[in-house]
This record gives sequence, structure tokens and C-alpha cells, in this order.
Amino acid sequence: MSTALESNIRIQQENFVVTDEIEAIKKVSRNIGGITTFLGTGRELSKGESISKLNFEHYPKMAEKKLDEIRVQAIKDYGIIEMIIIHRIGEIDIGENIVLIVAAGEHRKETFKACEWAIAELKRTTPIWKRETTSTGEVWVQDTP
Amino acid sequence: MITVKYFANLRSIAGKEEDQFDMGSETTLKNLSHEISKTAPKIGEMILGKKIMVSVNLDVASLEAIIKDGDEVALLPPFSGGS
Repeated sequence: MSTALESNIRIQQENFVVTDEIEAIKKVSRNIGGITTFLGTGRELSKGESISKLNFEHYPKMAEKKLDEIRVQAIKDYGIIEMIIIHRIGEIDIGENIVLIVAAGEHRKETFKACEWAIAELKRTTPIWKRETTSTGEVWVQDTP
Repeated sequence: MITVKYFANLRSIAGKEEDQFDMGSETTLKNLSHEISKTAPKIGEMILGKKIMVSVNLDVASLEAIIKDGDEVALLPPFSGGS
């Protein structure tokens, strides 16, 4: 028996707790046998420069729409059971959580693939922008690997 | 009126978060870009040179896309979400 998550796509300022999200997705189906997570965090060094602070901005509605499209396509194309995607916005310190993707399926193989695809797709299609603050000033990042 | 939204570095270049353009009942994204160029030539160049993406009512659109009165156009510099 499955129950749908109420908030599997979220763009929010506040932090999230990874284990809470894993527990939430486990409740979706008793057929879940594998869960893969990707957690992106604030990194201090970027292109040799020391970053003191990050700031994320998004295009409301379109960003949520894109994340939902990613979730739906991941479930369809990789045969996973459920996916949670959370991205934080606003000011984020070094070491803090930025983005979380949780892919849950019957077996590990499809969840690894879905998770990797989803973060790449998020970076490619979702209108979210990162501003880095360094000792020399602030810069909008436009070429993330 | 057509609403144009500026994000990230484009907001600094335009000096504002959004703009309103009266383009009649309908126009193309290309025509709107020429109008934007009058006040922000650098941004107009970016759109016409396809250096940035553009969305119309939340969907990515081409320069030939038809825009109607009341539509929301967003100018989207390269994304950098994730970590």
C-alpha cells in the first residue's frame, strides 16, 4: 500500500534534516528496498578563491515546476517509486546543506541512476542562481560543473 | 502589457527587478528584445545572441515565440543551482 508525500518538491530558506526526509520517503511504500541520496553542501573553495558566503535565488513557480517535472520523469524513466527534491534559497554558509535528492525504489540500481540524473537535470533546467561572496566581492556563478 | 522579469546578474544590469512593455495585443520575443535593447542594449544583445534563455509564462521559448498582452516573460541567465 502506498501513500503520497505531501511535499516532495520544496524550495525553502530553512534547513532540512536528511534523515527526516529518508524516513518520510520510506513511508510511501512497503516495496521500497533501496534509497539513494545526493546532498549538496556549501564548499569553501571555488576556482582557487576562498568563499565566505553563498546566496541562492530562484524564479518562483518556474523552479518548482521544473523540479516537479524532474521528479515525474525520474519515476517514469527509471522505474523508481518516489523522489524528494529540496533546494534551499537565500544566504547559506560554508558547510551548510544546499540541495537534497532522495530516490527510493525496489532495488538500488535504479535509485543510483535516477539520483545522478536528477541532480544533473536540476543544474541544467531549473532557474536557480548562485552568488558567491569572496574577499574580492560578489559574483553570480554561471558555469557550474 | 507584457511583464519582463530580470534575474541574478541581469537585475544589476537592468537596474530593476521587472519591467512593463506595451506591445499591442501580440508580438514576438524577437520584437520584444529590440524594445528591451532601447533601454538595456546589453540585455537585448544577450537575448538575440542566445546567451541567455527566455521563458514565456514559465516555459522556455524561442525568439520566434508569440507573446500576448498579459504574458510574463523572464530573462534567465545560465543556471547555477545545485552545489
